[in-house]
Formats: sequence, structure tokens, C-alpha cells
Amino acid sequence: MPCYAKESIDKYRSQQPHDGLSNVEDTSAAGLNGSPTADERDYRFVEKRELNSLIALLRADAFRVLGPRVEDAAIVYDELESLEDLPQGYVETQSPGRYRIEKGDHENFFQFTVSPNSWKQFLFPARVSLARAKKDRDGWSFAEGDDLQQDADGRREKLAFVGVRACELAAIAIQDRVFLEGPYVDPVYQRRRESTFIVAVNCTTAADTCFCTSTDSGPKCRQGFDLSMTELPHGFLLEAGSQVGGSYLEKLESRPANPSEIESGFRLEQQAVQQIRKQLDTHDLRDLLLNNLDHPHWDQVATRCLSCTNCTMVCPTCFCSSVHDVADLSGDNVERIRQWDSCFNLDFSYTKGGTVRDNTRSRYRQWLTHKLGSWQDQFDSLGCVGCGRCITWCPVGIDLTEEVQAIRVKPTSKRTLSTPVEPAVATCVVKDEDD
Amino acid sequence: MNGSQTATHSVAQTEATKPSLAVFKFASCDGCQLQLLSCEDELLPLAEKVKIAYFLEASSHIEPGPYDIALVEGSITTSADRERIQKVRQESRYLITIGACATSAGIQSLRNWSDHAEFLRYVYADPGYLKTLSTSTAISDHVTVDFELRGCPINRFQLLEVLQALLAGRRPRTPGHSVCLDCKRQGTICVAVAKGEACIGPITQAGCGALCPAYHRGCYGCFGPAAQSNCEALCEHYLKDRIAPERLVPLLRNFNASATEFRDAGDRVDPNSDPGQPIKNTPSPTR
Amino acid sequence: MGSNVSQLDSNRDRRHSAWVTYPATVTRMVQECADVFTYDLHFDDPVTAEQFDFQPGQFNMLYVPGIGESAISIAGWAKDGQGLRHTIRSVGNVTDAIARGGVGMSLGIRGPFGSHWPIEHLTQAKSPLDVVVVAGGIGLAPLRSLIEFMIEHRSQIGNVDLLLGARSPQDFLYREDWDRWTEHGIRIALTVDRADRSWQGHLGVITLLLEQMTIPDPAHTLLMTCGPEVMMRYVGGVGAEKQIALEDIWLTLERNMNCAIGLCGHCQLGPEFICKDGPVLRYGRVRQWLRVQDL
Repeated sequence: MPCYAKESIDKYRSQQPHDGLSNVEDTSAAGLNGSPTADERDYRFVEKRELNSLIALLRADAFRVLGPRVEDAAIVYDELESLEDLPQGYVETQSPGRYRIEKGDHENFFQFTVSPNSWKQFLFPARVSLARAKKDRDGWSFAEGDDLQQDADGRREKLAFVGVRACELAAIAIQDRVFLEGPYVDPVYQRRRESTFIVAVNCTTAADTCFCTSTDSGPKCRQGFDLSMTELPHGFLLEAGSQVGGSYLEKLESRPANPSEIESGFRLEQQAVQQIRKQLDTHDLRDLLLNNLDHPHWDQVATRCLSCTNCTMVCPTCFCSSVHDVADLSGDNVERIRQWDSCFNLDFSYTKGGTVRDNTRSRYRQWLTHKLGSWQDQFDSLGCVGCGRCITWCPVGIDLTEEVQAIRVKPTSKRTLSTPVEPAVATCVVKDEDD
Repeated sequence: MNGSQTATHSVAQTEATKPSLAVFKFASCDGCQLQLLSCEDELLPLAEKVKIAYFLEASSHIEPGPYDIALVEGSITTSADRERIQKVRQESRYLITIGACATSAGIQSLRNWSDHAEFLRYVYADPGYLKTLSTSTAISDHVTVDFELRGCPINRFQLLEVLQALLAGRRPRTPGHSVCLDCKRQGTICVAVAKGEACIGPITQAGCGALCPAYHRGCYGCFGPAAQSNCEALCEHYLKDRIAPERLVPLLRNFNASATEFRDAGDRVDPNSDPGQPIKNTPSPTR
Repeated sequence: MGSNVSQLDSNRDRRHSAWVTYPATVTRMVQECADVFTYDLHFDDPVTAEQFDFQPGQFNMLYVPGIGESAISIAGWAKDGQGLRHTIRSVGNVTDAIARGGVGMSLGIRGPFGSHWPIEHLTQAKSPLDVVVVAGGIGLAPLRSLIEFMIEHRSQIGNVDLLLGARSPQDFLYREDWDRWTEHGIRIALTVDRADRSWQGHLGVITLLLEQMTIPDPAHTLLMTCGPEVMMRYVGGVGAEKQIALEDIWLTLERNMNCAIGLCGHCQLGPEFICKDGPVLRYGRVRQWLRVQDL
């Protein structure tokens, strides 16, 4: 039985307030609020074919089952009909600006890491219809957009994610904070998130771009799933993370895992840990970055950065968007469309007085200092889960961990920033440095 | 020029009658005009809002100027056209250039890198009858342009957006962001990262709907350079990644060969380009 | 799951309904100066009009369908107390369209959003606080509802000084309100950047007016300012020099606001979402970010 550091579980749990389907259920029901702690977990062993039964069960319950499958030159997340759709036998290589898949010498279904497109695309879709406006003799009237309306019969699509990695669970938990736990809720995200069933998978391998051990978000799935799997050569170790997950587990043909299977699962998880080479030193990261907003290294990154937005698009936590109007030629029927946007776009910070971030230097700085710095002020966690997508999918292979390191080894500013909490009531006299 | 501030006064509001629309062709393939014609569903509603006064591709009916909106397709390659564009400008309240030829001199501006006279000798038995300029230049090198609509060909929805904006008296909205953003929104897998293709999508302005990468090939740069594009960094990366200059230069010297950023990037990468040689096609704006 | 879904939908509180847009009509339009107009807007639905409330300093998203939204601070109630007053400079597609539309124009309103001026500090202070309001140009608009609030609670508030700056004497806002404000003991001082000889008043930047001012009790003075960002930085600095505590200096910021609810990412300034944490913020909280170029 793997041994977990209690505080890291607690910390992780604090990042993961939404536990799969459990938040949809009546939270007063016993045993639904919290997931079992690691020590209480029961591992069940199932044959590989049983995953097919799980997919079939979910589909029979009207879930749209989504998971990894090979499309063109990559493993992407898309609709699964059966086990056959999974990328069995594939291996991947990822490095800065480079991604390749090929058939390996194994029969496993999940022996790779993260896909270029994250689960974000299903919970926070790239394009949604938020609202409509219609003009008649009396003026404008407004209605909800297609993505906010109920289906005719009052039902909504249920999503089942199969093969969610630990870093991706952490990313979903972060987006939960952004979209559900602030003063305002994003209704599109909420609808989709509340009807999502999550089958997590523990990584047994790591890419060169992975650094989830630095961000304390993997590779072991600890919270935020309904079921989790560890793939062994001849079957899966399954554990339930919620009651709903448990009810599906009961319907599968399983038996208690024996100690050697649990041991072999643990060894595979350790294998992934050992393969992780990349590191991000998160110590004092917020202050390091926000104290170095004028560091010359931002100019250096700007000579390489394309401002092409790829890093923000593949990032599973990036949440920026823009709404624009689409009108018919009469101008009387308008749809309000929300699309993914990026802080790397020039018009993203446009104001009447001019564009605030009018160069790549300031835009890259905004992205990195937000993700790793001010995100902590806003959401009490890093905005980074160590999945490495921004490194792999940067067309020129810019590696954020190296950019942080460049600043860390040679910080320019010793100035200490005050934390942005409200100042104390005391009315001390402060000489302002501005003037 | 994309996003010119000048086109903010309503055409519709200040004209008692319907505003007139004229479409002019210079050196081009007519493909951009065809985009207007292929606005099938929108063409009739559009005809209710504007009077199509001059559009030879669609109708032989010609009304004399002045015109409220002039759409100009094509580049300037002859001395006659050099005169004609001045006249078009004088007759037009809003002059909108449409397509890569009009906005950046088009693929025909490849002649700017070559010996024009040699072409003529090679193709024509008696080139003495030909009166062409040795360069192809963009419309904005000759006259003031109110708005530039990019693309080879242009995107007809963007064209409708421009016309709608003019009619509504607002600034047209066409994105300045990279093709990559559209690829990612659509879930298209990056051909550069996953296949090692030379794709200039990261430095190219969106507008085509990220068409080529969706068909598993690299972007050709049809919509010209994206806002503040970093062509140098992308080219350096590709060269380091063992993509040959012979592959890269034709990508940059394509439909938007003479767009400043692409032209300069291509000249930097081209092993045959002589840095001491002034580039022939650097235009000297006449206005 | 089903039962919870419907429950959620029936409980659509403000947290969930930030995208709901209410139709409204422009009922009055007054030119303040060259490109600035003050509009009164009335909600088409009387129930919405009845329920709508705002705090001084908050903003609305005004929506012209087909063109887009623009974040505009609420300058106050219309004279009838039912409609809303907004003062808008025509500088973009949306604001131009509203100026062209004029009286009778139909548009949409989402709001109110954002933080407000510290009116609780004024009404809950043990002894009346003095207030210095510094407004540059159209920056008076988000301060107008604060001034009206102070007039309503005049007996609870000490001295109120209003320093107004404009590019030229023609560019001042709300001249029709000044006499009434003065009657309520609000002292108004004016300065312009440039003027012809007929101008008898002060010439120069507004911070000079503030510098020349005597603040008798800085420990019990609130300084509230709105104007160009560089002006507010200097005002904050001068206020601090005059021994007003950093937490008693307030300003309101402008950034690109798209969603107005802190979910779209556009309006960030360091850790602040200007739409949600602001637009009204303590100077001490944001001055470190205002110093950084292009942040």
C-alpha cells in the first residue's frame, strides 16, 4: 500500500473542492462530501476488457464518453465508443516544441501522458453562444444563448471523462475555483461540470516536459475523481473516489487486488515519478516574479516568443475569453459568441486610451507572472499544474521552467512588495516614491 | 493599416439614397471579387442596402462615379493602372482594398526579386508591345486606403463584416491574431509540433479559418503577417530544426511576398539574397 | 442529478445571472462638451427599474447589439429617480453608436458591477470625515454619484472640497449641477490646461491645486480621485505627502472590460481584476502596479 504524506493530501484536497459528481448530489447525504482518504481506499482488480464494460455502462446511462484516441499525428480526447478506440500500444515523446507518437512494444492503453487538447475543451468550450438579441418595433429584447438553454426535455448532456491524469484533475480543480467559487459563476462551465463523471488514470510514465512533482499535482491521482485506474500489464487496479464511482465499480466484474498487484501498481507509479526530470522551483515564486517585473530577461524572452497564443490555448487552466457579436445583414438578429482568447493578443488589453500591453515582452510577462505569481493572490494556488503542454506545443519550444530559472539565478530587484491585502487601519505617514 | 480609424462615419446615415458600391480590378485573378459573388444568401439583402454601381464581374451595367464605397482588387503593375488608381481614389469616398494583391502586391510581386525584362524576353516573341512596370506594388503604395482586407482570397464573411461596419458607421472588426489561435479553438493538431512541418501559421494573421492545418499541412501565410509577428524567431527555430532555407523562403515569398515582415524575413533566410543589394521592390509611396 | 438541476435553475441569483441583459431606452441626451454626452437611460421593464440599485462608483455594461458592450461608470440617477445617468465620451464603436442613436435609442444594460467608493467610511465614522475629491476631465463622471451621496448625507460629513481639472474651460462636466453642489457647502476649485484671456481661474495641472490646498486634518480626510492614470498617480503621491494615509486615498481604474465579472481575464492589473476587485481601489493597494510600465 503506498504511503501518502498526510499534509500533501490535505493540501491537494483543499485545491479540489469539487469531487466529480459528488457535488451534484445532495451534499447532506452521508459519505458524499469527502473522498475516502488514501488509507481507506480499496483497490479492486479488473481485467482489461472490463474497461469496455465501464464504457458501455456509462454510454447506457446516457453519458457521452470521452477519452484518448489517436487522430492524425496525436493522441487527442474525443468520443469513445469502446475499448478499441483507445490508443493501445502507443508511446509518445514530448520535448520543447516537439511531439511524436508511435507504436511501442507494449499492449497498454494508457502508456503516455497528456494530450495536446485538454479536458478544458469540454468544460469550457472554445466557442459558446451566450446570448441573443432581437430587434422589433419596440426595440431590443434579449434571450439566453444556445449554450445556456435547457434541452427541450429539460435534460442536459452528461459527460464522462475516461483517462484523466493527476495534473488534469488539478487543472479542473483550478478552473472550478475560477468559474464556480468566485463572486460570479460561469453558467456554461457550471452546467457541464456538474454532470461530469471522471475516470482518472495514474501515469506510469512521464514525458520530458512533465513537472507535476514540482507543482504537487501528480503523477498519482489523489482527489477529484469518481473512479481511478492504474494500468498493470494484465488488468487495472481500480479505486472509487465517490459514491457514484463506487456504484459503477460494483457493476464491473472485479475482485480485491492482491498485495503483489498493489505493489506492482505502486512500482509503476514510482516509475513515473522517477522519469520526471524537469523541475520548477516554486519556493517564493510569486514574490520572485512580481519583484522582477522589470527584469531584463523579459526582453530576452520577447526575442524568441511569437505571441502566437499556443501556450495559453493548450494550458488546461488558462481561462481567458472574449465575447463578440455576430449579426445578420439586417442587423436585427444578433448572437453573442464567447470564444477562447489569449493575453498574447494585441487587442486583448485594448482600452480607449490605447493598448496596455503593446509588445511581446509585456504580454509574455503577463502570462507567466499571472500563471505562477498573481494567480496565487487571486485563487490561492498556482495556475500551473506541471503538465508541460505549454512547453511541448510552443512552436519554438520556449520552456517556462527555464525562463523562471533565468530570473531566479539573477534577480534584479531587491524591492519587497507588500502583499496586496488591504492595509491595516493605522494611519502611518508614508512618503510616496512616485513623486 | 488593418483597422484604419478613418472609416468611422456612417455611409448610410449621411446619404439620403442608398450608398453606391463599386468594385475595381487591377492586377489580380478575380478570386476576391468572386468571394463577393459567392455571398449568395447575403447578396440580396446586401443589394437592398447598397446600390451596386460598378461591378463588371457581375453586371455590364455601369454607373458613373463618384462612389461611396470602392472595393479595390489587385496590385499595380502597369503605368496605366498607376494612373487609374488615382482616379478611383478621387471618385471614392471609402476605398477598401481586398485581397493579398491589393494589400501587399500579391504573388505577382515575385517579379520584384527578378529581372523583369528577362521574363518578358523569355515569354513573349515580341515584348515591345508590352507596357508593364518592373514591380508589382500594393494599392496603399499609391493612394490612401481606408481599410485593408487581407487574404488570398479574402474571407467573404470578413468582407460582409467590412460592408456591414461601413453601413453601420463603425470600424470593421477583423482579427489580428495568429492562425494558431484558430487551430487551437478548432482542435486542430499543430502540424509544426506534431509532424515537423514548416508552418508559418504562428506569424500569419487568421482569417481563413485555419484551413491548411485542418488538412494536415502547414500554413501558407495567405492572410499576411499577424500583428507584431516575430518572423525572425520562427525562421531561426525552423532553420535550427533542419528545415532548409529552400523550403522556408518560398513559404514567406508567396501570396504576401511583399508584405514587409514576410519580405524581410524571406530576405534574411534566403542564402542567395545579397544583403548589400537594395531590394528592388521597396516602394516609395507616392502619397 | 435531475432534481438538483432544476433547483439550481430556480435559484438563479446574481452569481448566476451576470449575463442577463435588460432592455433600456435613452430618454435624455445632453452635450457636456465636444465629444462627451450625458444620457438618461430608462429600463423598459418597470420591475427591473424598481429593483435596480447601485453604489456610487460602480459601472454598467452598456450594450448596442451588433456592435458590442462598453463599461461605463454610473454617474447617478436620472432626475425622476427611476432612470440611470451615464456620461460617455464618444471614442469607439459602441460609444459612437450611442451618440448617433440619441434619444429614443434602444439598448441593453448589464450591471451594476464592481466595487464602490468607501461611502460606509463616511457614514460610519465616529466624527465627520473631510473629503477631497479630485477629478480630471470625464473622471468626474464616476465621482458624480459620490457627490450626490455626500449631499444626501451632508450632515454626517465634514468639509468637502471638489477639485476639477479640464483641458479647457469648455470641457468641464455637469455645470448645471455646480450651483446646487455649492449650496450644499461643497467647495469647488477649477483648473484648466489652457484657456484664452477670458478665463479668470487657475491654469495648470490639477495636482498643483491639491498641492496648494491646506488639509487641516489629514488623519480624518478621505481623498478620492478619478482621471487619467498618470494624474491619479500624482494625486495619490501628493495626498500621501500631505499626510493622508495610503488607505484613505481611493481611485478608480479603467481597463479592457469584457465580461465585467472577473472571468474573462482582460482587465487584470497585477493580481487585481479591475472589473471585480475594482474599479474603485485603494491607492496603496495598486500603486506598486501602476508604477510598472505596460503591466
